[in-house]
Amino acid sequence: MNTKKLCRTTASVLLVGAATCALVSGGAHAAGEFDGVEVNIMTFTGPQIAEPLQRRAPDFNAATGAKINIVTVPFSDLYGKLLTDWASGTNAIDAAVFAPQWAVDYVVPGFLESLSQRVAADEALQQDDIAPFFREFSQKYAGETYMLTLDGDFQLVYYRSDVFDDAGLPAPETWEDYIAAAAKLHGTDMNGDGTPDYGSCISKKRGAQAYWAILSIAGGFLQSRGTSQGIFFDTDTMAPLANNEGFAAALDVYTETTAYGPPDEINLDVGDTRGLFTSGRCALTIDWGDIGTLAIDPANSQVVDKVGTIMLPGSRNVLDRASGKLVPCDAGTCPHAVNGVNRAPFAAFGGWSGGINANADDRVKDAAYAFFSYMSQPAQSNEDVTIGRTGFNPYRLSQFGDIDLWVKAGMSRAAAQDYLGAIQDSLNSPNMVLDLRIPKNQAYQQVVLDNALARLLAGEIDRTKAMRAIEDGWNELNEENGVDEQHAAYRATLGR
Amino acid sequence: MPPSGARGGRDRLAEWLDRNAGKVFILPAVLTLLAFALFPLLVSAWLSLTRLRLAAGGFSLEYVGWLNFKKLFFGSQQYHLLGTFDRLGATDWSIVGAVLALFLYLFVRYLLRPGVSVVGVIGRSIAFTVASALTVLLVATLGGGFPGSLVVTLFYVFAGVSIQFGLGLGLALLCSQNITGRNLFRIVFFLPLMVTPVGIAYMFRMLADMHKGPFAHLWAALGLGEFAWASDPWTARLVVLIGDTWQWTPFMFIVLLAAIESQPRDQMEAARIDGAGGWQIFRDITWPSIAPVAATVVLIRLIEAFKIIDLPNVLTNGGPGIATESLTLHAFIAWRTQDLGGSAAVGYTLLFVATVACLSFFNFAGRKARGAAP
Repeated sequence: MNTKKLCRTTASVLLVGAATCALVSGGAHAAGEFDGVEVNIMTFTGPQIAEPLQRRAPDFNAATGAKINIVTVPFSDLYGKLLTDWASGTNAIDAAVFAPQWAVDYVVPGFLESLSQRVAADEALQQDDIAPFFREFSQKYAGETYMLTLDGDFQLVYYRSDVFDDAGLPAPETWEDYIAAAAKLHGTDMNGDGTPDYGSCISKKRGAQAYWAILSIAGGFLQSRGTSQGIFFDTDTMAPLANNEGFAAALDVYTETTAYGPPDEINLDVGDTRGLFTSGRCALTIDWGDIGTLAIDPANSQVVDKVGTIMLPGSRNVLDRASGKLVPCDAGTCPHAVNGVNRAPFAAFGGWSGGINANADDRVKDAAYAFFSYMSQPAQSNEDVTIGRTGFNPYRLSQFGDIDLWVKAGMSRAAAQDYLGAIQDSLNSPNMVLDLRIPKNQAYQQVVLDNALARLLAGEIDRTKAMRAIEDGWNELNEENGVDEQHAAYRATLGR
Repeated sequence: MPPSGARGGRDRLAEWLDRNAGKVFILPAVLTLLAFALFPLLVSAWLSLTRLRLAAGGFSLEYVGWLNFKKLFFGSQQYHLLGTFDRLGATDWSIVGAVLALFLYLFVRYLLRPGVSVVGVIGRSIAFTVASALTVLLVATLGGGFPGSLVVTLFYVFAGVSIQFGLGLGLALLCSQNITGRNLFRIVFFLPLMVTPVGIAYMFRMLADMHKGPFAHLWAALGLGEFAWASDPWTARLVVLIGDTWQWTPFMFIVLLAAIESQPRDQMEAARIDGAGGWQIFRDITWPSIAPVAATVVLIRLIEAFKIIDLPNVLTNGGPGIATESLTLHAFIAWRTQDLGGSAAVGYTLLFVATVACLSFFNFAGRKARGAAP
């Protein structure tokens, strides 16, 4: 062997060794610790969310020996598949990445493993770096940690900053502004292909992830006195807040946006509206943090550095819960209003998080936890949240604090500040809206709410009937599951 | 000498076995079949009277009586199963009245004819009651209301099977002619039946994509580029129907072709020599000859059509709203959302309607068709 070759070989060995050491020390797991262990992790089809798990699984396997199998199912099947597998005792799924709001249905029957001790002993996780909302609320149920956050979720409004500038429009502060801008820009060619484009693109597909958008709109009308007020039920009576002037106003906004959207908007999933926005076909959209990072991918985006991000718009009128009427915002009715506008950012979904089947083998549980911890550690997470296709959005303090991370990923400094600022404003808002976390919340939202919205958008029922359908459906679920129990659970999730 | 007690018993048993050998041999198969057919039915019946509750370590089924059916027919899920009703106007009442009068006339005519049986009276009572209720439902939901999964299923079944039968018969008659390449046509026409329904649904979803599908330029040229068929209830149902027709016409075609080719040639040749035209030959020779097979193939297709799920699930996800949701898809969605009781109740409703429809067809059309055979 000649000297050059020897040097190259030595350097290669050292490099591989260094990389392995970094991986192993980052995860605090010895190489081969999980040799022979196989972990089946279920999540939704994606490609978001599944992509980073699938991409990093081989690295984790090389470092620890654990083989990670990512099993994917459509979003609408995820809740039920997990419940069926765990409740029937099949236990083919060892762990899952799902909505933390569903955890209540898995924790109470004892399907989810408590992670509190593991998290406390896991220095590599750097859990103090996880924003308090996710660390103390999303990850926990009844004070115990059952989930590890991999994604931070807030719904935001994105707008085409270049198009708004050209039209002399400011970013919308209220939903009225949103509608006015959508109406004005609808039909404008925004990507230079000679085809008229759309004022607003909002995913409204039934059985998908669309129903959060109406709650994002409703928040500003229904909640004005702080997070503990909630938007789903009256905290004193457990009466649904779905049949009043505030919810009616939100439904009006929701249905009116359809007039300025793509013709098949009621059949578009979030992936479709994201594609439309990044291909320059929409002036406005409501979405999670994904669009911020998808828009900077030059290979797929025609709107690089042309996107503005804001916290959800609000309303100058809010619901008076005693009368069910809308009343103007003032210091008494809207203590958190800015410029007379009540804004209520919505922590929709709560962020994809990992949970572990309590009935899995101990070694499998350890390997599953190690994998989730590895995915969440800053070394991996701080890169993944800047990549659009991962579906992961920022949730660590270091991700908000380090602008260079985003500039390096392709965002301009101004766009990064705009994007992170909108999320941080949402995160720090005293009027943040919490998602529903009472038992069977999936039925309240993914069945009753989703069905009523689909029928409203399809013209099967009008606004009044839609509100009554939601109210009746939620009341029926309350009765089936016990009004008092649901009431207590609802108050507890709001910290009351 | 008479046989001793033990020997006499053995002989009697042997004799009995000898007499009933056929039944005894077939009993294990019958019991196995019944177990497989009855067990799921009984479990479904039990499920339809329960509600799933999560419990420590698993789940429990809480008995709720007829609550799931009550919700479907009179409660919060009525819109889903039966639809949203509109108030009946004068025209609607006229249609309902005419149909009821027709059923009454048929019933009375049956009662007045010789050979009336108790089973016949009960069967006709059930069939006419169900048909009358469905007529009211159709009028109340299709006029100004909105049809639920039951009416949508009936649309798929009766419109679909009629179109498929017409097309299948037409193609069979064409392919039975002495034309060049008819074997190739037979294979080509038969191909869709061999494709999985989900594959067909995805194929139609791609074909019907107005923006990115292979016909996108054609739609754009026709000014339909911005038309969203999936957002309109009737165009969405129509696309489902087209996919279903594409898949199932070959089934009708292949069976009817076999029937046409096995009809008596000598009668046809004699008719031609006597100067009979094509329509006359079809009406007086072909149709009576193939009618029993046609009735059977329609019956099989009716049973199958009631179970449609793949196409509306993949093509439209049941939307817009619930406009394309069939009963089976309705049951599947309820099951997927852990409403096991509701799902089983929908399943039993489907079983009842499909049984009444198919038995009625068998009695009223199938027997007549068999009687028409030469």
